[in-house]
Amino acid sequence: MANVLANIFGSSPVKPLEQHIDLAYRCAKKLHDFFAASVQGDWATAAAVRDEIETLEHEADSMKKEIRLHLPKSLFMPVPREDLLELLLVQDKIANRTKDVSGLVLGRKMQLPEQIAEQFLEFVDRNIDAAKQARKSVRELDELFTAGFRGAEVDLVEGMIEELDRIETDTDDKQAALRAAIFEIEGTLNPVDAVFMYKVIELTGEIADMAERVGRRLELLLSH
Amino acid sequence: MEAGTIYITLAALFGIFMAWGIGANDVANAMATSVGSKALTIKQAIFVAAVFEFAGAVLAGGAVTGTIRKGIVDADLLSGTPELLVYGMLASLLAAGTWLLIASRNGWPVSTTHSIVGAIVGFAAVGIGVEAVQWGKVGTIVMSWVVSPLTAGIIAYLIYQSVQHLILRHTNPLERAKRYVPVYIFLAALTMTLVTIFKGLSHVGLTLSIRDSYLLAVGIALVVAGVGAYFIQQIKPDRKAEKSQHFITVERVFAILMVVTACGMAFAHGSNDVANAIGPLAAVIAIAQSGVVASKSALPVWVLVLGGAGIVVGLATFGRHVIATVGERITQLTPSRGFAAELAAATTIVIASGTGIPISTTHTLVGAVLGVGVARGIDAIDLRVVGRIFVSWVVTIPAGAILAIIFFFFFKIVLP
Repeated sequence: MANVLANIFGSSPVKPLEQHIDLAYRCAKKLHDFFAASVQGDWATAAAVRDEIETLEHEADSMKKEIRLHLPKSLFMPVPREDLLELLLVQDKIANRTKDVSGLVLGRKMQLPEQIAEQFLEFVDRNIDAAKQARKSVRELDELFTAGFRGAEVDLVEGMIEELDRIETDTDDKQAALRAAIFEIEGTLNPVDAVFMYKVIELTGEIADMAERVGRRLELLLSH
Repeated sequence: MEAGTIYITLAALFGIFMAWGIGANDVANAMATSVGSKALTIKQAIFVAAVFEFAGAVLAGGAVTGTIRKGIVDADLLSGTPELLVYGMLASLLAAGTWLLIASRNGWPVSTTHSIVGAIVGFAAVGIGVEAVQWGKVGTIVMSWVVSPLTAGIIAYLIYQSVQHLILRHTNPLERAKRYVPVYIFLAALTMTLVTIFKGLSHVGLTLSIRDSYLLAVGIALVVAGVGAYFIQQIKPDRKAEKSQHFITVERVFAILMVVTACGMAFAHGSNDVANAIGPLAAVIAIAQSGVVASKSALPVWVLVLGGAGIVVGLATFGRHVIATVGERITQLTPSRGFAAELAAATTIVIASGTGIPISTTHTLVGAVLGVGVARGIDAIDLRVVGRIFVSWVVTIPAGAILAIIFFFFFKIVLP
């Protein structure tokens, strides 16, 4: 039985996008437990958390594919389809980076020097904060669609994106401080470890970068 | 058995079957949004639809029935051979019914109205003669099939724009919704009652002066708005649910408005679509009873009642399932959006009904939904389906016509 009215609606990408960022955030959040275990040298726990990260990343990935599949070119939407697909892509990268960095650390059983452990954990948490703020902003998508991307709701989301930018700047500062701290103790470190430590810091910092790019993408939607 | 009795029995059977089909399928479009948004339960929706479809058919269905019955075929040409009109009308009912059956089997979005009009034009042009078709009137009808979705789209666009400007874009949408939604309820009720009073009541033998008509309409609209406002005041915000969805309580306010527009939509649907089933039946009855083709004879009210009853039975038997299915699939049409689409479509349809023009209620509603979409109200509209609607629109007319021609010659041979 065909019903015209039921068929003219394409599947809405709004809720799926919100669910996807939720997965990406939950994935990134696991980094706290992961690094907390790794600085203790508790590799059994770290490996278990890494498994959870992989599962979540995989879920986010298949959800990304699913959303793309349901966004054919024939859809008429209040905002360009390309912008939504771009948003989805950067959301997904939050989960990707989480998987990359945890894989690298676990693979080399990389133990961070005690002097910087606490500073590093703070840096990780701030990156998770950025992902959380990105989730909060994307969760406003359905309200934005309802309000037609105009008015009070736009101001609200703009405020959220500003906060996201502040958090990201904060992670940049923390990243610079952390690099300086490693430089200080570089002489005491195994050179290969030192190189990878910089790499881990860089990859972790990219989580906040991706979160910020989620904000940029949302901003683009607002300007339509 | 006497020929007249056979004609009436056949026409009544086909007509009731058609009305049943309309009730089973098309009514879902009017009620599904309300069910999908949980403004009404299925039971309530069926009750509301039954009452208002029936009222629409009986109170405002006369003019369109008149057009189907005697506006398309030039009856004067047939005064010597009234049986030809009987065969033609029977053939048209059967053709439209068959075509709708084929179409819904294959999932094509076709319109009942287009099928029946195509069928009548077909049998008249081929079975009787090209001059038997009142082409001027047919031209108007076909034009209205373009104009009605467009009009509904523009009205829906304007309504939804006003909703966004007055309510949704403000920092306190709930407060503003509580203030403005009763106004929308008033306007919706006013439009429906005004058109009914001016265009419909004369068919049931009631006449009011212009002043009384306006007073009555304003009075009814005020009462409806008052009742709506009472229910709106009862709505308390759910702070917990609002954390994840700020508009959740606002939508509950709109849900009350949507109950009113759903009634309007059911009424409008009944007023326009009942004619597809009973227009040909009425023509057959008039000839069979008098033996002549009388273009002046009045439409017996019991025929309208029969059509309305057929729709209600279709609704009660199959409509329930269709409403539930469609309701699940159109969740994007939240009450704030759905009401705009329904009000625009219902207004357009009721005006067409009052003027006696048979239009496709479904296509008008689709036009209204597109209007809300252009006002950036719908998350995603599938343009491929919109294209398919247009194709089936074009195909349905010749398909209905060809089937009607075949059935017409069949009846000419078989029937006395």
